[in-house]
Amino acid sequence: MKSRYLARRQVLKSAAGVAGSLVLSGCDNLSRNDWFRNVLEHTEALTERVQRALTPRNALAKEYAESEISALFPSNGNSDPGTEEYAELAQQDFAKWRLVIGGLVLNPVELSLAALKEMPSRTQITRHDCVEGWSAIGKWTGVPLGDLMHQVQPMPAARYAVFYCADIDEQGVAYYESMGLEDLYHPQTILAYELNGKPLDVPHGAPIRLRFERQLGYKHAKYIMSIKLVDSLVGIGDGRGGYWEDQGYEWYAGI
Amino acid sequence: METRKTIWIYRHSLPVRIGHWINAVALVILIMSGLQIFNAHPLLYWGNRSDGNEALLSIRPVRMENGEIKGITTVFGRSFDTTGILGYSDQTARAFPSWATIPGPRWLAMGRQWHLFFAWIFVLTGLMYLIYAMLSRHLTQDLVPKQWELRGLGQAIKDHFLLRHAEGGGASPYNVLQKLAYLSVLLVLGPLMLLTGLSMSPMIDAAFPWLLPPLGGRQGARTLHFIACFSFVGFIAIHVVQVLITGFFNNMRSMLTGWFASKGTRHEV
Repeated sequence: MKSRYLARRQVLKSAAGVAGSLVLSGCDNLSRNDWFRNVLEHTEALTERVQRALTPRNALAKEYAESEISALFPSNGNSDPGTEEYAELAQQDFAKWRLVIGGLVLNPVELSLAALKEMPSRTQITRHDCVEGWSAIGKWTGVPLGDLMHQVQPMPAARYAVFYCADIDEQGVAYYESMGLEDLYHPQTILAYELNGKPLDVPHGAPIRLRFERQLGYKHAKYIMSIKLVDSLVGIGDGRGGYWEDQGYEWYAGI
Repeated sequence: METRKTIWIYRHSLPVRIGHWINAVALVILIMSGLQIFNAHPLLYWGNRSDGNEALLSIRPVRMENGEIKGITTVFGRSFDTTGILGYSDQTARAFPSWATIPGPRWLAMGRQWHLFFAWIFVLTGLMYLIYAMLSRHLTQDLVPKQWELRGLGQAIKDHFLLRHAEGGGASPYNVLQKLAYLSVLLVLGPLMLLTGLSMSPMIDAAFPWLLPPLGGRQGARTLHFIACFSFVGFIAIHVVQVLITGFFNNMRSMLTGWFASKGTRHEV
């Protein structure tokens, strides 16, 4: 009697196991299926459309008090580009570094770090939400990107700004990010050169990093070398608008 | 003469049945893809920051002195060895094991895509169900407990633990505990899940700055989202057990076709 009971339990257990692993491997197969991924990817456009409709264009991300600043602000992703060119720039406190803004603009410019620091700045204490789930609060000072845009004057055809960065991954793939035109002019979108009152250090993206408040951390590109205005993201990297986007993360990272 | 006759009751309307099965699938996917997302940072906090030394919960692989790796779960400062399930399973350092996550392997980007797609399905289906329940009076007639039912709550709880299940009171197919359970899922747990989920979106926080403070900040909302997730797991577990022990085939038939066989007592002359 007991053995029969055990046998039945064994059968039920293995049946449940088989059913479970069928479902699970089904999910994993679906995760690699182009058609299914395409269906899932439609969510991003829907989410962006709805969130943009709900959010006033210039609605600000919450700004915190000095007392709420994180004691330790994590430096995720690359903490040093590690290339010779970058090491040389860093050694001279980025004196030879020039920010190149070009592409579909009327007045392309090349700006030194000193020139950027002479421009009107904005300081904001904001929360950085990483796609992994952690949050940190930091005080950022930098030049509003909108001011730079007024200077370079994007052409009507320009739809995105692409940020080219100094860091390269183990496979030699360069880090880059992109932003739609409307967010370039958001008051909190700044090219930050200071964190918590000190010049930005190498782990946090020296000499400048993007602050793209209202979107997740991977959009806040570090080690920016040049900005190019383009009409399409096709042909840049894998064409999805960023290093992490090319690996399956959403281009719209508002959630 | 008294005979027992099967009475067929049309118990679940078509919109309820469709909504039930869509959300049953969506909820399981949401839980499993949510655990995949959790695994990317297997710690929970209160407030707006995630300062590592102030975690309420952490699930971590820890290398012992003899070189062995153990999964250690720490809740409110108390640590437990959870090797094999939490922290370290199948020779892999991961918070929740691969059988509990979608996708199975560590793959945050894909977990997010599953999660956000089915979040839309879950919310829209839930919303349509809620509107239907109000318009069809399913909500007021079948789900909101009557005064006399609430007075009998103590007895109902006792009966439940003794596994004496009432088929329902009056015209409603549900007994008072079922009503309270379904109502709290519909009106408390579901909305809490949606609000804590949305408030983790930095864009939504900019649009609705009042949303986050009452939820304990960004990390507090993440913690509540996790607690709500396991409340759903608890609800599903109890729900499935109840379905199994109160007549599995009859229950399944009624949720698939609508028709429930009631063994009511009829008096005939």
